[in-house]
Amino acid sequence: MPELLRLLSLQDASTRMVMLSTASLAMAAALVGSLAMLRRRALAGDAVAHASLPGICLAWFVAGDRSLAVLLLGALVLGLASMATMALVQRWPKAREDATTAIAISGFFGLGIVLSRVIQNQPGGNRAGLDGFLFGKAATIVSTDAWLVLGVAVAVAATVLALRKEFGLLCFDRDFAAGIGRPVHRLDAILLVLVALVTVAGLPSVGVVLVVALLVIPPAAARCWSGSLRTMLAVAAVIGAASAVIGTGLSAVLPPPGGAVGGGWPTGPMIVLTAAALFVVSLAVAPERGVLVALWRHHRLRATVPPGHGSTR
Amino acid sequence: MIDPPITAMPWFTADDAWMLATAVLASVSCGLVGCWLVLRRLSLLGDAISHAVLPGIAGAFLLTGTRDVLPMLLGATIIGIATAFISSALGRWGRVDRDAAMGVTFTSLFALGVVMMSLAARQVDLDPGCVLHGLLEFVPFDTVALLGVQVPRAAAWLGGALMVDVVLMLAFLKHLRATSFDPAHAASVGLRVSLVHLGLMATVAANTVVAFEAVGSILVVAMLVAPGATARLWTDRLGSMLWLAAGIAAATAIVGTLAAIGFNTSAAGMIATVSMVGYVGSVAAVAAGRTVRRTMPHASTPLTMQQPRSDRP
Repeated sequence: MPELLRLLSLQDASTRMVMLSTASLAMAAALVGSLAMLRRRALAGDAVAHASLPGICLAWFVAGDRSLAVLLLGALVLGLASMATMALVQRWPKAREDATTAIAISGFFGLGIVLSRVIQNQPGGNRAGLDGFLFGKAATIVSTDAWLVLGVAVAVAATVLALRKEFGLLCFDRDFAAGIGRPVHRLDAILLVLVALVTVAGLPSVGVVLVVALLVIPPAAARCWSGSLRTMLAVAAVIGAASAVIGTGLSAVLPPPGGAVGGGWPTGPMIVLTAAALFVVSLAVAPERGVLVALWRHHRLRATVPPGHGSTR
Repeated sequence: MIDPPITAMPWFTADDAWMLATAVLASVSCGLVGCWLVLRRLSLLGDAISHAVLPGIAGAFLLTGTRDVLPMLLGATIIGIATAFISSALGRWGRVDRDAAMGVTFTSLFALGVVMMSLAARQVDLDPGCVLHGLLEFVPFDTVALLGVQVPRAAAWLGGALMVDVVLMLAFLKHLRATSFDPAHAASVGLRVSLVHLGLMATVAANTVVAFEAVGSILVVAMLVAPGATARLWTDRLGSMLWLAAGIAAATAIVGTLAAIGFNTSAAGMIATVSMVGYVGSVAAVAAGRTVRRTMPHASTPLTMQQPRSDRP
């Protein structure tokens, strides 16, 4: 229990920093993810995330300096490259979007596995640093890296808030936005770059496979609560931050299961499970679009309709 | 740089042959099932299912304490069907965007699976990293006796899966074809569209599990989607698409495995990389061919006037 108290009171400076950076990143991801979901690009982040693995490996090869910043830069470059490849392939009408996305996700990840095995085979090739990226390891993030993640999160969130109106127009009526002279292509590109940035910045804490959850689950939960973009963005940010804080806290506090994933509870999955729980609660109890409310309304409707007038079933 | 292949040892051993056979069996059986996913625009659902079967597999580990395939197959098939059901339910009742609904479902289930695996790791030696990329290299070391011959267990299971797939496909070809190309018509002539859908999802999940040990949960997506999507680019006839997909699947597996042996790296990763290159190359080749025919109409269509441009036949 003293550990729990210590953690909750945020006495430890490094824990405080890691919590702060992960929470602010989850907030930024929720903001960007809301827009991406409304723009029907919910899974764009997944392709970036999987393409980041070969990016990290290539950075490992190319750069002598193997700090987190350099590895994440490699991840960003390959993530953007995968998006560009998909956009190019997409211009051929018979190339279906869902198939292209699925192949990009799997193919780039395969390339990453190939490269990481090559690194492992090299003399002195230590893959320990790369393994952490698969499932995320918030505990190993050092303070300087946390500052980097925090900086990216703040920059992304500020961009979203500054371009809030333009993005809203883009998501709800792209043709109208183009008609009144908004640069819709450029806005689409900016949105995808923002998606790539938060995805890559989320890798150290949540990992390659699950980082897309930060972009998808809080917005989907927030969508249950509100039909207005402003409220939805705010609710998504709160849910994202709460999942990050609770998930990171749980993975640090729970007694280790004696398992394989670095000897403790994997941070990424714990954050995702927390977010999923918040989503289920939102879906159930939200006032306007919640399932319970819908059931209650249905029940009341059936009570008011005289027998013999409803559906025959 | 990459080490040259070891030439002092025999380059291609019996183990390598079994590895190659296993890869081809996995690739062809997944590729045939995946054709229907591509035709129904469900490639991303294949991606979602292959991630989401993890808790089913981990649950079977936890309950039985062994790595028996049969309980895993059962657990994963149930979870696979549940994934298809939950994502469509979220889309319908939660009014969540289709991609986002899949994203929420598969990330949550995958996170649950990883956490369950860290619990199971106390009893069974299990590396969550291998779950993602599989270990085709270890397939020849785990054999069973089949008709008096020692056959790798994975190869035996995959051969069985391929046979079951082909039998099911031939038996239900009419249903699959009708529900894939014109579901409304299929429903009107009395075919059970949702039942066919459910059966297909169960087959995808079962195939994923059988191929799982060899190629892992993310790289199996390439095996599912890439052959069908690549074949679809080259032909508009169902029969030739299925044959072509089987051929492409086998060729990809052979090229990928041989390259992996040559460069001493991950075979599953290399197969996924090769299938992505094949897909992108096919898009480029088909698009280039179309451009050539359009600019020089007499070169390819000597007897007719220039064909009206149509992107979709």
